[in-house]
Amino acid sequence: MQPFWLVTIIVVLALGGFLLGRMRALQSAEGDARVLHSRPNYYGANVFMLTAVPSLIVVALWMVFQPVLIEANVSQMIPDRIVPEGGSKGLVMSDVRRLADGLDVAVAEGALTADQATNIRAEFTNIRERLAEVGVVLGSNVEAEVLTAAQAYRAQSATGALLMAAAGLSLAVAGLGWSLARIGVGFRARNAVETGMLALLILAASIAILTTIGILFSLLFNTIEFFRIYPAADFFFGTTWAPSFSGRGGDSELGVLPLLWGTFYISLVALLVAVPIGLFAAIYLSEYASPTVRSVAKPLIEVLAGIPTIVYGLFALLTVGPLLVGVFGRDGALGVDWMSGGTAVMTAGLVMGIMLIPFVSSLSDDIINAVPQAMRDGSLGLGATHSETIRKVVLPAALPGIVGAILLAASRAIGETMIVVLGAGAAARLDLNPFEAMTTVTAKIVSQLTGDADFSSAVALVAFALGTTLFVVTLGLNVLALYIVRKYREQYE
Amino acid sequence: MSTNEIKISAKDVQVYYGETHAIKDVSVDIEDKTVTAFIGPSGCGKSTFLRCINRMNDTIDVARVEGEIKLDDEDIYDKDVDPVQLRAKVGMVFQKPNPFPKSIYDNVAYGPKIHGLAKNKAELDQIVENALKRAALWDEAKDRLQAPGTGLSGGQQQRLCIARAVATEPEVLLMDEPCSALDPIATAQVEELIDELKQNYSVVIVTHSMQQAARVSQKTAFFHLGNLVEYGETGQIFTNPNDKRTESYITGRIG
Repeated sequence: MQPFWLVTIIVVLALGGFLLGRMRALQSAEGDARVLHSRPNYYGANVFMLTAVPSLIVVALWMVFQPVLIEANVSQMIPDRIVPEGGSKGLVMSDVRRLADGLDVAVAEGALTADQATNIRAEFTNIRERLAEVGVVLGSNVEAEVLTAAQAYRAQSATGALLMAAAGLSLAVAGLGWSLARIGVGFRARNAVETGMLALLILAASIAILTTIGILFSLLFNTIEFFRIYPAADFFFGTTWAPSFSGRGGDSELGVLPLLWGTFYISLVALLVAVPIGLFAAIYLSEYASPTVRSVAKPLIEVLAGIPTIVYGLFALLTVGPLLVGVFGRDGALGVDWMSGGTAVMTAGLVMGIMLIPFVSSLSDDIINAVPQAMRDGSLGLGATHSETIRKVVLPAALPGIVGAILLAASRAIGETMIVVLGAGAAARLDLNPFEAMTTVTAKIVSQLTGDADFSSAVALVAFALGTTLFVVTLGLNVLALYIVRKYREQYE
Repeated sequence: MSTNEIKISAKDVQVYYGETHAIKDVSVDIEDKTVTAFIGPSGCGKSTFLRCINRMNDTIDVARVEGEIKLDDEDIYDKDVDPVQLRAKVGMVFQKPNPFPKSIYDNVAYGPKIHGLAKNKAELDQIVENALKRAALWDEAKDRLQAPGTGLSGGQQQRLCIARAVATEPEVLLMDEPCSALDPIATAQVEELIDELKQNYSVVIVTHSMQQAARVSQKTAFFHLGNLVEYGETGQIFTNPNDKRTESYITGRIG
């Protein structure tokens, strides 16, 4: 049975159970819903929950673990003899899977009967040609053992699917019967349903947390692997970034400092652009703008946040870079020769700053608005001007939130990739000149992992070490932001 | 009976909030060195009228004021008058204590700093100390002037706000239900304070408590539905009101 139909049947059963449960509850109360402990819908929902949830969980787990088990089973059937030189058993197993899928397609298309597909022998038929006729392309001629394994794979999958359907359906029916039987005037259906809802909420929360931990671990293992090949001291304190893709990275110099410097420098320029502009925009919008202006201008500024960063990158590459060269480059408007190419810290920083404006302005605007009107009245009532009120009362009261907004923008800046790739260049260097090309940690992660680098070499694994470093830095920033916001949050309440 | 000179003189004041006519034809003369109480049911316009006296209504976009309010014979709604300067002369204490999220010292020093009342730190210290003493908060606060003002209790916070208003040396002090968020003990302290303040200022207080009006004020104005119904000596208003509505209100039949 197809999993889709299985799930559909279970859901239909559960929906039927909902109606039945509701009806039964009303019957047991002889039509007077007030006698029931819970509202009739809760009885229905309880039946729905007990019918659908356990069986769907079993089906889901089954679908995850069945292929793993079958794969382990079948791979034992493959003798080492047919594993090609330098290849792995995994590659043969993927042939087995493809062949098994191919046989399924052939049966569905009518090229083979179900019986043929199960009993066909590679010695007698050219299975590759037969499958090619129905559009399934196999890489090489099919070995007898592979075909046998594929057939075993099919057989076990079919048995497994049947068992899964049986288990799922019987569990659904059992849940339906049991929950229906329990319905009575005194049964506390609402409590049962709410326990179920609570479990759902806890599940949602833990998925988010577990994913974070999962990401961290996937980074961590590869990072540890990297430090096994490459000395940690050279990574953290090295001042040269010169990966050598030949020779498995043996001659590479992988010092993180130039990348961290580039990240820091570009982020700094971006924040120098974004913080004043964003903050002033927020002050204007929240304190001076009329409601009409505000209702138009705020969404317009927030549009900036919706532009994909690759578009900003193009803007940096095609517009801002040449513009800056025209001013600061040779034969430029200022007559100075500071800038040799369009890609530079300044280019990326300026464009990134523009990207960050809405982060700073929108959050700060909300925070400034949240400062109670009583604060402003108190200050104005003492004869302070509007601007004195903003500078001395409103902004200090909103400061923790504004700092939080700035730190959020900072972590965005540190994690930004596309604008750097297109706007700042790819040269890793430690330099103070903001008109030089530099690069950041994120841009280097991309360039280390694209291309055909061997994943066990230092030049590829360094990407994970870089990722971990970045993760720790941004995590630190976020923790700092949280700490600041918490420490000062309740001051005006 | 009282011989004090007129501090604030309002003539035919109208206030509109958008379409709503909130204050209708209010004319009243408020005396110097006197406590004047505004009483009346909620929404009768007493707070609105109070906020006209220091032009706090300017901060509300839809509010519009017509008529004439004179402070020392000068029209405060004249084009030449800067509301900021006016508010330095007419201080205000709000219904809910609203200390700034700053230290006690900085709360009180806020106005004097803005208006440049102190030449140096020592003078500023003196101003802060005097203001806190007059607000009967000095003994409780002198050892923790650098602690945040928001950490004080409700009654202390309100006295801090009064100290803050007093520190700018206003001529008139407007109080919008200053005791509504306070317990009876804190209320008694604030009332005692108001009584002292009238030595130097003209105090206008909006209150919902008839007992409070009777206790602290010399003059009482009764507002009803945006009209000033009756204005006179507090004793006369509470014992022998001229208007039927005033009598109904103070005896608890309306409001």
